[in-house]
Amino acid sequence: MSKAGAPEKLIVNGKRLDGRNLDEFRTLDAKIGVLKSSQGSGEFSFGDTKAVAGAFGPRQMHPRKLQNVERATVRCKYFMAPFSTEDRIRPGHSRRGTEISKVISEAFTASVFTENFRKSAIDVFISIVQASASTRCAGLNAACLALVDAGIPMKDLVTSVAVGKVDDTLVLDVGKAEDNYGQVDFALSTIGGSDRFVHMQMDGIVTREEFSKLLEMGEKGCKQVYDKLKQTIREKYSMGVGTDE
Amino acid sequence: MENELLVKERNLVLPGDIMATGIDFLPGNGCYRDGQEVKSKLLGLVRVKDRFLSVIPLSGVYNPRPGDGIVAKVIDIQSSFWIFDINSPYDAILQLSEGVEEFVDLSKTDITRYYDVGDVIYAKVLNVAKSRSITLTMNDYRAKKLTGGMTLNITPSKVPRLIGRQGSMIELIKKNTGCQIVVGQNGVVWVKGENTAKAIEVIRIIENDAHTVGLTDKITKFLGAEPMQISEEVINDNNQETTEVTNEEENTGEDVNE
Amino acid sequence: MNNEKYIKNMISEGKRLDSRGLVDFREVTIEKGVVKTAEGSARVKIGDTEVLAGVKLKVMEPYPDTPNEGGLMVGLEFVPFANPKFETGPPNATAVEMSRVIDRGIRESKTIDTEKLCIKAGEAVWSVSVDIHVMNDDGNLLDAGALAALAALEDANLLKYDLEAKKLIREEAGVLPVVHKPIAVTIVKIGDSLLLDPTLEEWNALEARVTITTMENGDICALQKGGDGYFTKEELEKAADLSLEAGKALREKL
Repeated sequence: MSKAGAPEKLIVNGKRLDGRNLDEFRTLDAKIGVLKSSQGSGEFSFGDTKAVAGAFGPRQMHPRKLQNVERATVRCKYFMAPFSTEDRIRPGHSRRGTEISKVISEAFTASVFTENFRKSAIDVFISIVQASASTRCAGLNAACLALVDAGIPMKDLVTSVAVGKVDDTLVLDVGKAEDNYGQVDFALSTIGGSDRFVHMQMDGIVTREEFSKLLEMGEKGCKQVYDKLKQTIREKYSMGVGTDE
Repeated sequence: MENELLVKERNLVLPGDIMATGIDFLPGNGCYRDGQEVKSKLLGLVRVKDRFLSVIPLSGVYNPRPGDGIVAKVIDIQSSFWIFDINSPYDAILQLSEGVEEFVDLSKTDITRYYDVGDVIYAKVLNVAKSRSITLTMNDYRAKKLTGGMTLNITPSKVPRLIGRQGSMIELIKKNTGCQIVVGQNGVVWVKGENTAKAIEVIRIIENDAHTVGLTDKITKFLGAEPMQISEEVINDNNQETTEVTNEEENTGEDVNE
Repeated sequence: MNNEKYIKNMISEGKRLDSRGLVDFREVTIEKGVVKTAEGSARVKIGDTEVLAGVKLKVMEPYPDTPNEGGLMVGLEFVPFANPKFETGPPNATAVEMSRVIDRGIRESKTIDTEKLCIKAGEAVWSVSVDIHVMNDDGNLLDAGALAALAALEDANLLKYDLEAKKLIREEAGVLPVVHKPIAVTIVKIGDSLLLDPTLEEWNALEARVTITTMENGDICALQKGGDGYFTKEELEKAADLSLEAGKALREKL
C-alpha cells in the first residue's frame, strides 16, 4: 500500500515530519484588502499554501435566466494558478475545480444575507497561488476575508481547516507529505467558530470513533482560524478610526 | 437573558460580533437578531440611537433609499420612461411624468430630446419597491441635468466623508480646484472644470483614508490651502446633508433595504 | 416553490407525502447484467428513481509512480430525459460533484484491488470505467448511482489481452477483483429533521445534505456535505449512525 517515494513514517515520537505537534497549525497568515480592483479582497496562508481572493457584489447577474427571483446567488469560483504546484497545471476548468467551487459557494450561502438582494450575484474569485495541501481551506478563508472587506452582509465569518489521519494518528492542518502519503484527508468549515458545519469533504477510511474525534478537532481548528481572521480585520481597520471634524 | 449593550458609538464591529443581549435593543440597518442577541451583519462602525442599533459599513455597494440624491446615467430608453445606471445591483426608472414638467404628446415626441443615452442627471430616489424596482424623480429643487464633465465612482459609504460636516470638505475641494462637483449618495461623483484631474486625485485620497483621523489636515495641505472655516455659503447645487448615509430612521424593523 | 413550504410543514410533523417514516427507504431493486455491450452492468431502482450503470474496460500504460496498478474512473451523467430541468451540454456542478463523491467512495475503500488489474508491470494495465446513466430522477440519485456502480462492478468480468499483438480480445477472462462493498447513504436535513431517501420534491426542499459512505466493517470511507445549510456535530453523529444502519440493509440486496 505504500506509494513510491513515501517516507517510512509520518509521525515520529509524537511529532510530525515538519516538527509540529499533532494539533498544531502551520504558520497562519492573513491579510485583508490586498487587491486594488476588487470590491473586497483577502489573502490567507497555512504555511506554504497561499490563497488570494477577490469579491464583487451584489451586482447584476448574467445570464438573466439563472437569476434567482427571491435572493442573490453566491458564486465562488476556485482555481489553481498554473505555477502553484511542482508540475505545471494547465489553466482552465477542471472537474475538481468545479466541485470545490460548488461546495465553497454553498458554505458562504449559509452565511450571506442573500434575501436582501434578489436576482443579483455575489461573485468571489479564489486563486491558489502556492499549493501545499489544504488548498480549498485556505481558499475559503481568503474568500471570507474578501466578502467581509467588500461589505457584503453576513451572519458571521466562515472558516476552514483540513484535519486528517496519518500513521493511524489524527492530525490538524494536513501538510503536503501528509496529504500525499497519509490515510485520510478531511476538509471542513464551520460558521462563527461554532459547531455548525457548513462544508465537509472527507476521503479515506476512519472508524466511527475517529470520525467523532476528527469533528471535534476540526471544530477547534476552525475556531482558531476564526479568531485569527477577526484579529487581522480589527488590526487593519481599527487604526485611527474616528473623525477629526 | 439580561439586557446589555456591549458596544459604544463608533466602535468597529465585524459580521457576527454581538452588539447587545436581551430583547430591549432593536436591530436596525446592518444588524440582525439571533435569538437573544443583536449581532452585526457588516464590517463597520456602530451607531446607537436610544434602543436602535445600526452599523455603518466601511464598504459595500449602494443601497437606494427614498429621498436619496443620486447621480445617474441613462443606459436605455423606452417609449415613456428612461432606464438609469445608478451604481447599484439594480437599475432605476424615471417615468416621463417625473422627468419632465411640461405636457408631452407621446404620439409626436421622441423623449430622447429630454434625456438621451449617456446623459447624466442628479435626481432623487422616489421609491424602492420590495421587488427591487427603483423609481426616480426630477421633481426636486436640486435635480438637474449635468452636462459635460466626467463621473467617477467611490464607495458609497465614504460619501459623508467626502462631503464633510455641513459640506466643509467638498467646499474646500471646490474652492481650491475651481471645479463644479456634485456628489451623489450612490457614490457617483460628477466633476467639471479645468482642474478636474486634481479634484479626482483628492477625491481618491479621501476615499482611501476615509476612516482615519487627521484627514482634513492632510487634504488641506495637499490642496495647498489655508485651514478653512465652515462657510456660511453652504447652500449650493449639491447635496448638503451631513455625515449620515442613513439619514432616515435607523430602524425599519424588517430590514428590507440591506 | 409552494410545495417546498408544504413539505417542510409535513416533515416537521414527522410525515412524508408517501406515508413513509422519515428514515425509511422506498422499494429498492437491483438487476445485474442488463447491458450486453458492457463488461458489467446494473439497473437500480429506488422508488421511481432509475439509474443504469455500465462498466467498460480498456488497456492502458500504467502511471509512472504506480507501475503495477490499473486505473479506475467513475462518472455520473444527468441525461436530459430523466428530468425536465436537466440540460444538454457539459455536466453541471451537481453532476460533477456526485460523480466525484461516488468515485471517491469506491476508490478510497479500495473496492477494486488495482494491483490485480496489472497485465504486465510498467507496460499494460486494465483501466476500468464505470458510467452511471440517470434514466429517471425522483430524488436520491447519489445513493442509487453509487449502488448501481458497485453492482455493475460486481457483475463485471475481465477480458483477454494479447500482449504481443497489443490487442484486446472480447472474451470473458475471469471476474473483476471486487473486494469490498462500500454503500453511500445520503442524509437530508429539512428543518430540524433528518431524512433518508428523499424524493425529488424532498430533495428540492432540503436545506443541507450529507452523503456518508460506509464499509462492511462499519468504517466510514467517504463523506461529503452539500446544500446551503449546516449540520451541528450532534446531527452529524446521528447521520453517521443512520448511514451505517441503512447501508447494512442495502448491502444485503446486492
